[in-house]
Amino acid sequence: MTPLLQIDNLHASVGEVSILKGINLTINPGEVHAIMGPNGSGKSTLSQILAGKEDYAITQGTVAYNGKDLLGLGPDERANEGIFLAFQYPVEIPGVSAMQFLKAAVNAKRKHHGEEELDAGSMLKLFREKAAQVKINPEMLKRNVNEGFSGGEKKRFEIFQMAVLDSVLGILDESDSGLDIDALKVVSDGVNSMRNGKRGFLLVTHYQRLLEHIVPDFIHVLVKGRIVESGGREVALELEKNGYAKYGIYQPAKH
Amino acid sequence: MPTLLPAPASASPAWLAALAAAGAAQFAAAGLPGRRSESWKYTNLETFGGIAFVPAVSCALTRAEAEAFFIPGLDAVNLVFVNGVFRPDISDEAAGLGAGIVCCPLSEAIAKHGALVEPHLGRLSAPAITREGEAFTALNQAALGGAQSGGFFLHVPAGAAAGKPVHLLSVSTREGGVFASHGRNLITAGSGARASFIEHYVTTDDAAAATPSVYLHNCITEIVAGQDAKVEHYLLEKDSVCAYNFSSLFIEQAEKSDVHSHTVLLGGKLVRNNVAPTLKGTAAHCLINGLYVGRGSQLLDNAMRVHHGAPGCFSRQYYKGILCDASRGVFSGRIIVDQAAQKTDAIQQSRSMLLSDDARVNTRPQLEIYADDVRCTHGATTGKVDEEAVFYFRSRGIPEAIARAMLVYAFAAEGFDRMELEPVRKLLAREMIARLPMAASLSIEV
Amino acid sequence: MATQDQEVLDLAESRRDYKYGWTTDIEQEFAPIGLSEDTVRFISAKKNEPEWLLEWRLKALRLFTKMTCPEWPFLPYGYEKPDFQAISYWAAPKQGPKSLDEIDPRILETYAKLGIPLEEAKVLLGVEGAAASAAEGKAKAKAMAAAQAEFETGAVSAEPRKVAVDAVFDSVSVKTTFQDELARAGVIFCSISEATHSHPDLVRKYLGSVVPVADNYYAALNSAVFSDGSFVYIPKGCKCPMDLSTYFRINAKGTGQFERTLIIADEGSEVCYLEGCTAPQRDENQLHAAVVELVAHKGAKIKYSTIQNWYPGDENGKGGIFNFVTKRGLCEGDDSHISWTQVETGSAITWKYPSVVLKGDRSKGEFYSVALTNLRQQADTGTKMIHIGRDTSSHIISKGISAGHGHNTYRGLVEVRKTATNARNFTQCDSLLIGDQCGAHTFPYIDVRNQTATCEHEASTTKIAEDQMFYCTARGISEEDAVSLLVNGFCKQVFSELPMEFAVEANKLLAVSLEGSVG
Repeated sequence: MTPLLQIDNLHASVGEVSILKGINLTINPGEVHAIMGPNGSGKSTLSQILAGKEDYAITQGTVAYNGKDLLGLGPDERANEGIFLAFQYPVEIPGVSAMQFLKAAVNAKRKHHGEEELDAGSMLKLFREKAAQVKINPEMLKRNVNEGFSGGEKKRFEIFQMAVLDSVLGILDESDSGLDIDALKVVSDGVNSMRNGKRGFLLVTHYQRLLEHIVPDFIHVLVKGRIVESGGREVALELEKNGYAKYGIYQPAKH
Repeated sequence: MPTLLPAPASASPAWLAALAAAGAAQFAAAGLPGRRSESWKYTNLETFGGIAFVPAVSCALTRAEAEAFFIPGLDAVNLVFVNGVFRPDISDEAAGLGAGIVCCPLSEAIAKHGALVEPHLGRLSAPAITREGEAFTALNQAALGGAQSGGFFLHVPAGAAAGKPVHLLSVSTREGGVFASHGRNLITAGSGARASFIEHYVTTDDAAAATPSVYLHNCITEIVAGQDAKVEHYLLEKDSVCAYNFSSLFIEQAEKSDVHSHTVLLGGKLVRNNVAPTLKGTAAHCLINGLYVGRGSQLLDNAMRVHHGAPGCFSRQYYKGILCDASRGVFSGRIIVDQAAQKTDAIQQSRSMLLSDDARVNTRPQLEIYADDVRCTHGATTGKVDEEAVFYFRSRGIPEAIARAMLVYAFAAEGFDRMELEPVRKLLAREMIARLPMAASLSIEV
Repeated sequence: MATQDQEVLDLAESRRDYKYGWTTDIEQEFAPIGLSEDTVRFISAKKNEPEWLLEWRLKALRLFTKMTCPEWPFLPYGYEKPDFQAISYWAAPKQGPKSLDEIDPRILETYAKLGIPLEEAKVLLGVEGAAASAAEGKAKAKAMAAAQAEFETGAVSAEPRKVAVDAVFDSVSVKTTFQDELARAGVIFCSISEATHSHPDLVRKYLGSVVPVADNYYAALNSAVFSDGSFVYIPKGCKCPMDLSTYFRINAKGTGQFERTLIIADEGSEVCYLEGCTAPQRDENQLHAAVVELVAHKGAKIKYSTIQNWYPGDENGKGGIFNFVTKRGLCEGDDSHISWTQVETGSAITWKYPSVVLKGDRSKGEFYSVALTNLRQQADTGTKMIHIGRDTSSHIISKGISAGHGHNTYRGLVEVRKTATNARNFTQCDSLLIGDQCGAHTFPYIDVRNQTATCEHEASTTKIAEDQMFYCTARGISEEDAVSLLVNGFCKQVFSELPMEFAVEANKLLAVSLEGSVG
């Protein structure tokens, strides 16, 4: 079986500063992986690199998505191929309504796959359907992208987009940070409703709280640019108990 | 119409004479800016053009009289000019600022330090003299080498710091007659050098003089700031209410240099203040901080021209105007960003307050931008004292008149905090308070 | 002429895609080339004008010859001043149409091609699909159009509206629709030529009352040679039953268009007026020097929207329209309200400052503008708000977009006279730069003579934020589409002032005008 995502010996830096120092990670279809790590470990960098952010220099290593090189693709091509990054800090885009934004994204993807653009009616239907699935209020779509959204609304809107775009590999960058329990539940229910044998997820988080709601198949610990430990649920429980101390970093892993 | 051009001086050396001749030719060709001049749109020079100015007929003043205008608490080199003429006898010794530092009258510097002066004198003002509305720059240049061209030269070599601020005190007296003075200062700061320079215009007229004295200061200061140099310049203008003051400050900034220009205009009948920095080296910083307070029928005209010529530079302009009685204020500020000046960060703010039905303010905040990766903003507001704030004060038992005066003061004083020399801040604060109604009742801590 | 036009078309084909760059080949009548008293007499005679109007024109011509061309607009590339002796000031289809049936079918076709229906059965809609609403599935198509509009503009969808159209082809008005229905409401909507005959008193009273004959260089020229344009009078208390619209098309070669529009809203009335323009693609520069005057009486409201898409010239700055326009509204009565909205994407050079004179107490002036310059276009545009009455307010939102080698200048005046107690102004003036070969310039003038006035001016110049671009591309949207989406967002405050159909059109126009400017 071809892995969904295969990261081999990935090194990345910003200017002179080396941030990722040889990441290896394989995600197969249907699997949910979690990367836990303290502040500054490089976990957000990894998510941004996977989505195609150009601020980083890849100095070594490869990333294959469905068996094909990923790093040569632009961010829009990756998205059209099914990669979705739920941003830690979704940017506000004044003047552009959420609906208008998503319509552009859906049609870009359809065009990429040689499909007809969706007419306005079907588009609205799709949005309503997905809004119901991830339990968001469709009224939100009339507002400008992320503008004036609360932290929770922003994260929920990210999950909604993931559902609308029917993504294959979802990367959730700290999607739990700053959420109250209700919002956290919406986010995790949304992800859980999308789990199936074909999709993969990469959850990036500092705290293990999210993992109580979205139970991963594998957990990796990222410290100073390297995966230092991999395992099952027990890894998260251990971190919850003792924080990152055993890796020489004195940060807790629970709120 | 009387000519403003000083009699041609037999200036020497030859390069100086050439500069003067070029200035004279340009002024003769262009004449005074007329009514259609965009740059003098709001400032009518018609009455000015009719005044016959002469060289100062007297420059008498005692050291004690001069000291009354020194900045209290400021340990500075006080250089006293009376009616545009340098008076070494009542000035402090200019030597001793530090090793390698040259501080002397410009005429002396031309004679003794020609190699330091020649490459720079007139260089920064050169692009301006042919520009529309810059007749006074040409006129000043025409006067070079002559008796009416006073001014100082300050050179701080690389790595040096001037031990004290230089305080150039320009005192005007009734005895000087209807004089014109074309002061010229040149400040060159080498790499990493530090200097502070204060131009201070005062008059011995007392405030209640029945016929205030009439005179003209048309001064140019050029500042060349080397890499990492830091220069602070102050212009404090408190001329006679019948005087004309045209001041221009040209600045050239090398990489990572930091230049601050502070301007406070309080006096004069017609004041024109030009500030024109060119950010020529990357990552240079420039602060322009100004306050003008008009009373009677004063016209205070401020023209800023901030030119970003290199990438990654940072400029800030904060200007405030308070217009009382039938005074008129003008703020024209232009930010120019060259195509090469990517990552420019430029902000310009002009705020003015009208305190009378007959006051008037004209604001022209302008952006001229040829680079795409920039953050440039300007904001301009015109308004009165915030009525909600007045109500808040009154609800705490403060009488309305005092509340208003305090709010006006707060509006003005914001800019003082940006000045590094504390004695200057304090002096300005006191002078500002003295100009407010109810001054005696204000309990403002200075 | 047909061959020439074919050449022009071929040329156009090889160049950038200006959608409206074709010409219509019809028989036309021209005035002798050149500007003189004879030219003015010729035009006046053609229109069979009363003596006073001829005198008025001649006076304007005399004043014009004494004036000099303005030098103050900001034109980094300069321009070649029009040769007034090389232009024909009158071009008209030979057949003067009286009813729709009599209009040369090629002109009807022209307007159909432009999406401007001259048949009253149709409504003006930029929304595709809505045109299909005629027969079956009407409701469905309507809903679809509404949904689409909601996507495009984020605006709350409305019923497709009826719009009356006055179509001006070169120098003459060829058709004004819905005149009867409007007449029942007491609204006069016709060409200004017609109005000089049917309503001479109104024309005589108001023509030149807001923009005097010698107001400025090109207004004087227009006053001397103006050809046609629209005349609107909304009677007391009348809310105009439909939107009114004029569609200008320059077709003939070697001509200029000098239209004159006059809109009077009597006490308590309301009207919404839309204006659109296109011209064929030609190598020469053509002159468009229009004058628009608006008068709002007590409590009246006029909303005037323009989409200007004259041919902009090519990427070397060859050809294109010189758009030198004077637009001014007078808030004559208390509580009157004039609002200008403009979307300016065309023309080689634009000088245009739709203004409001706020004379009535509590009157209100608004200016919403999007100006885009690409290629080597140069736009110097903005507004003037003259506060005279008490408690008057003005609101200015200007969005400038510079791409390619375009230069975009905002120039505006806010003047608060001594009498304007408690006047309020807010101005926001934003510029967006796309690429490093273009320029954005801002030259506002603020003149305040009343201490109770409050004026606020904010301006910023930025490029498209990288994090916003990444957010869009990370959702699969291509860079070009992302720019178009973000530019649209940048302009939303202005687009939301437009009627829905115009907003959709403006949105598309921006995307087309920006094509090729990214990357």
